[in-house]
Amino acid sequence: MSQAHVAPLRVALVGNPNCGKTALFNLLTGARQKVANYAGVTVERKEGRFATPSGRRVQLLDLPGAYSLESTSPDERVTRDVLLGRYPGEAAPDLIVCVADATNLRLHLRFVLEVQRMGRPIVLALNMMDAAKRRGIEVNVPELSRRLGVPVVETVAVRRGGAQALIELIDRTTTGIAQTPSLPATSGDDLHRTVREILADAVTMPRATDARDDAIDRFALHPVLGPLILAFVMFMVFQAVYSVGKPLTDAIGDGFSWLGAFAGAALPDGPLRSLVTDALFGGVGTVLGFLPEILVLFFFILVLEESGYLPRAAFLLDRMMVAVGLTGRSFIPLLSSFACAIPGVMGTRSISDPRDRLATILVAPLMTCSARLPVYALLIGAFIPHRLIFGVFNLQGLVLFALYAAGIVGAMAVGWVMKTLRRDRREHALLMELPSYRLPRARDIAIGLWERGAIFLKRLTGIILALTVLMWFVSTFPSPPEGATLPAIDYSIAGYLGRALQWPFAPLGFNWQMSLSLIPAFAARETAVAALATVYSVAGGDADVAALGHTLAQNFSLASALSLMVWFAFAPQCMSTLAVIRRETRSWRAVVISFGYMFVVAYAASFVTYQVARHFV
Amino acid sequence: MMRLTDLSKGATALVERVEDIHAPDLIAQRLRDLGFVPGEPVRVVACAPWGADPLLVQIGSTRFALRRAEAQRVSVEIQPGTESAP
Repeated sequence: MSQAHVAPLRVALVGNPNCGKTALFNLLTGARQKVANYAGVTVERKEGRFATPSGRRVQLLDLPGAYSLESTSPDERVTRDVLLGRYPGEAAPDLIVCVADATNLRLHLRFVLEVQRMGRPIVLALNMMDAAKRRGIEVNVPELSRRLGVPVVETVAVRRGGAQALIELIDRTTTGIAQTPSLPATSGDDLHRTVREILADAVTMPRATDARDDAIDRFALHPVLGPLILAFVMFMVFQAVYSVGKPLTDAIGDGFSWLGAFAGAALPDGPLRSLVTDALFGGVGTVLGFLPEILVLFFFILVLEESGYLPRAAFLLDRMMVAVGLTGRSFIPLLSSFACAIPGVMGTRSISDPRDRLATILVAPLMTCSARLPVYALLIGAFIPHRLIFGVFNLQGLVLFALYAAGIVGAMAVGWVMKTLRRDRREHALLMELPSYRLPRARDIAIGLWERGAIFLKRLTGIILALTVLMWFVSTFPSPPEGATLPAIDYSIAGYLGRALQWPFAPLGFNWQMSLSLIPAFAARETAVAALATVYSVAGGDADVAALGHTLAQNFSLASALSLMVWFAFAPQCMSTLAVIRRETRSWRAVVISFGYMFVVAYAASFVTYQVARHFV
Repeated sequence: MMRLTDLSKGATALVERVEDIHAPDLIAQRLRDLGFVPGEPVRVVACAPWGADPLLVQIGSTRFALRRAEAQRVSVEIQPGTESAP
C-alpha cells in the first residue's frame, strides 16, 4: 500500500544533555538532516527523516538537551514549548522519545518523569546500554517500564543497528502510543524520591562512577598535570592546523588563481575578464581557501568534544576566564577564533548564559585569525631584520608572537573592562556537567564536520562574493585617462577613497596606499596584501611577496609598518565577522559596539606604536 | 554548619539542603533539579588549579563543575562511614 499520502509521524527526541541523543539522531537519520534555527532565537533546530521497515515515514526532531522543563534557559524553553505544542509554527509531536543514559539514571530519570507528567505519548530509550553492561549495571527493563507506565527499549546509539528496538517500537505506533495518564504535579523533591524508589527496585549499580573516567581524570584534572596536558593538547592542535591545513589552503588558492588565469585567457581583455579572474575566482578562492584550516580545527574540536575532554578544559580554565569577565565555556569558541572568528562566534551557542555569550562574541575577533597571517608575514619579512636575540630567539618570530599575545592580552583587557562597566552584576552560573569519556565515532565526527563546513560556506560565499565584486568595482572604475602615467588604481574610486582616508590615518603613520589597502582588508584581511601589490604595481602581483616586501621597505618606515601590524591585530575587520555577529546576536547594537570598541582600541594602539617607534627606532 | 565548599578533596557527605541566597534563586533551583536534595551523598572529586575554584562535585553518578559561589549554597553533613553512593 502506498503511504505517500499519509502525513509522516512526527517524533521528537528529548533528554538530558550528554544522554547520547544526537548520536541516536545521527544513527536514525544518517545524513538526511536539516539544521536551522527556531524562529526568533539562536537555538539550533535539527530535523531528519527516515522510514520504518513497514514504510511508515517518520519526521524526527532533535530537541535541545534539557535538565528540567521548569528552568529558564532559552534551549530548555524551546524544548518545553515544542513538547507542549505551544511553540509558534511547530506542531506538537505525535510521539516523544525520551532518551536516558543507562549509566546515569539517577539524574536522567528525573527528567523522564518530568516529561511523563505532561501526559503526552512517550517512550523511553535507554541509551548507552553497552557502557552500562561493561560497568556491570543491570536494568530490569520490564520493571522500569511498569513503574514508569511507558514502553522502554534499549539502544546503543554508537553501534550499527543499535536503534533496532526503537525503530520497531515506532513502527508499531499507529496513531500514537496510548496516552500516559497525566500525573498530579509534584514538587522537585518528590520527583527525586520517586527516582530513588524506582532505581532501588529496577536497577543495580555496582559502582556510582566509571573506574576508567576516575583514572583519566586523576591526570586530566590534576592541579599541576592538568594544565600541562591541556597546553600540550592545544599545542598539537595548532601544529596540525598549520601543518595539515595550511598546505591545502595554499593549494586551493593556487588552484583558483590558475582557474582564473585559464578562464581569463578565454575572455577578451576588459572589465569582464578582470571581473571573472580577480573578483569571482579570487573571491571564491579566498573563501574556499580558509576551509581546510577551519575543517582541520573543527575536526580536532569535534574529537575533543565527543571524547568529553572539552568540558574538562573549561573546568581547568574557568577561574582565569571569570577574572576577565568570561566563563570557562568561552574557551572553545575562543580557540576556534584562532582559525577564524566566524566559527568562533557561531560556537558561542554552547554558552547558554546570554551575558557570558555576548561577552565571548565581543572578544572573539581579537584572537589572531589565520587571515591576519599573510599580512603579518609580509610586513615582518620586509621590515624586521632576521637576527637572533640573546642568541636563541629569532626576532621575526618574537614579533609574530608579540602580535598573537597582543590579541590575547587585548581580549583579556576588553573582557575586564566590560566586566567592570556592565550593570548586570548578578551571579551567572557555571554548573557544568563533566560527561563520561567516550571514544569519538567516525559517523558523528563526519556529520558534525559536514554540518559546520556547510554553514560556514553558505554564510560566507554570499557576502564575500558580493564584497569582492564591490571592491573590484571601486578599484577598477573609472578607468585611467589616456596617457596616464600612474597605476590605474590611482584614478579609480578606490584611489580617491584612499586619499580621503589618509587624513584620519596620518597620525598612525599610514600613507595613502596603506590607507587604501584597509578598504579591501575590511572585506577580507589578507586581501590587503594584494591591494598593496596593486597600488605599488609590483610586477608579478601578490605572488611575488619578496619583491613586494622590498618595495614596501623603500616606501614607508619601520614605525609605519609596526603601526600597521598593530592596527591589524585590533582593527574591526572583517565584514563577514560583523555579519555573523549580527546573525548570532540578532542585534545591531552588538555589531556597533563591537565595531566601535575595536576601532578605538586599534586607533589608539597604532597611534601609540607609531609615535613611540618614530622617536626610538 | 558545614558547606560543600568546606569539604576536602575526596571527602563524602550528605546534602542537608540548598539555600536560596535571594528569591527567586535560579541557581539554587537548578542545583535541586540536578539532584542536590536532602540525604543525597555528594563527594568533592577534584579542585581546579587556581584557588580551588571551580570544584568538581559528584552527585549520584554525575559529576558537575560548580564554582565556589554556587557550591556555597549547599549545606552538608558528614556521615561517618559513608563511602560512595549506590
